[in-house]
Amino acid sequence: MSDALRIISPGPCTTVQDLGRFHAMHLGVPVSGVMDDYAATFANRLVGNDPGAAVLEMTLAGASFTALAACDIAITGAAMGPRLNGRPVEQWVSLPLAPGDVVEMGGAENGCRAYLAIGGGFDVAPLLGSRSTYLGGKCGGFQGRMLAAGDVLRRLEAPLLPRPKRLPWYPIYPETIVVEAIPGPHHPYFGAALEGFFSTVFTVSAQCNRMGIRLDGGKVQRDPGAPESILSEPVVPGNVQIPAGGQPIILLKEQTVGGYTAIATVISSDLWRLGQAKPGDRLRFSRVDVDSGQRLLRQWVEFLATPLPC
Amino acid sequence: MATEFIASGERCLLAVYGRGIDEQVNERVHRMAALLRRHGNPAIEAVVGSYCTLAVHYNPLRSGFAEVAALLTDLEKELVTTTAAPARTVDIPVCYGGAFGPDLDFVASHCRMSEEQVIACHSKPAYRIYTIGFAPGFCYLGGLDEGLHTPRLESPRQKVAAGSVGIAGNQTGVYPLDSPGGWRLIGRTPLRLFAPERQQPLLYEAGDLIRFRPISESEYLTLAEEERR
Repeated sequence: MSDALRIISPGPCTTVQDLGRFHAMHLGVPVSGVMDDYAATFANRLVGNDPGAAVLEMTLAGASFTALAACDIAITGAAMGPRLNGRPVEQWVSLPLAPGDVVEMGGAENGCRAYLAIGGGFDVAPLLGSRSTYLGGKCGGFQGRMLAAGDVLRRLEAPLLPRPKRLPWYPIYPETIVVEAIPGPHHPYFGAALEGFFSTVFTVSAQCNRMGIRLDGGKVQRDPGAPESILSEPVVPGNVQIPAGGQPIILLKEQTVGGYTAIATVISSDLWRLGQAKPGDRLRFSRVDVDSGQRLLRQWVEFLATPLPC
Repeated sequence: MATEFIASGERCLLAVYGRGIDEQVNERVHRMAALLRRHGNPAIEAVVGSYCTLAVHYNPLRSGFAEVAALLTDLEKELVTTTAAPARTVDIPVCYGGAFGPDLDFVASHCRMSEEQVIACHSKPAYRIYTIGFAPGFCYLGGLDEGLHTPRLESPRQKVAAGSVGIAGNQTGVYPLDSPGGWRLIGRTPLRLFAPERQQPLLYEAGDLIRFRPISESEYLTLAEEERR
């Protein structure tokens, strides 16, 4: 509805995202959406938004921008040392800006992705039910692309509701990440390797983006006679595919079908941990069953809605 | 074979209806997808069909894995008691050869045909859309004539224009968006296959048949002009 921010420098990969596009997968359009729903949800809550409002996702380094109107923002996720008019400010708090204020952010000192929410939410046209950017399809979000210097972002008008001023806690992102994963859907092809897979400490490689994370440090062998590839079938974020070379790839937000077998699937309540994984981090999978995964999801949904003092 | 139900994480169930590239299995997958969408169960969030597998995304806060599997088993009975509607055939106009199909001559000489024979052979069958994926609106089609099988380019092109029709090995298909690609290009359609702002973003759905209709360059230009409006 009104101009809110002008980007001075965007950082290496800054996009507009919401919680994702769930109803177009059958058209070949992947979910997209924030890589870390924990940080994005609380960023929105700190400015009084619905958790589904569009935010900025900034990868490895943050953006610098000028406020064009009085607004509330919140920066969460990876620690990127934000400064307001040259003075350091906290993350995970609600931050009022006046027109002309300049916010600058640096590289990620802990974690990988930071989120910026603005009161009302960023105003981009919804596409197939979501404001998320789908980089591979060059559509959705802000002109289907990463932000660039000079871009002006608009925000939606929203009533001023009571909102928490700060989060009473915030996460520290460890360099050894443990995620819970359910065997399958193709674990019978990896009968001999399954146990080893769950005890291997992998390394996040440099090939790591919104499509997926390739892991180094431990090849996963399929059983003799098991196929290297299969007819393309639907995939979900969290599927751990084992391509021909045996180096696992965790699929994330920008793929709808795949032709490799998946040994395990990271549960959705742990996907945010992968959103904060950066090249060089260690990563291990811990085995859970479907029932436990669903119990953890229930707890996760409750956690994201934790009542906060206003 | 009996339907197999497999978990792909804690909120997606894969129902496997058979093996391989099989028209009947694929028909079952897409009929089940349609039945599920029509059923409108509030626990079901999205349904995606592929060659032999149906992915059912569900909300575990509403239904467990076993309940979703039971719902599918129940609905499957309807497949037997109702007959399938005949598959819809979608007509895709294609201008073959020239600047739109720079590899038509290569395909013709590789297949020991004239260019006209390649066009006639390629535009004859109704190709089944087994699944859509890889890119928005990209169809995995079955039924390319064996006489037209041609290997991919040795090194892919940096940019293939949206609408380009190509052959790669035993597959044929259309690029819905500008993208890099290694398929042998034999023609181009003026239609915008993926238009997310349209009421129907795609002109077809999985389970439909596609037939390529040869058109002249002037028809191409007329249709392309209409698409822009």
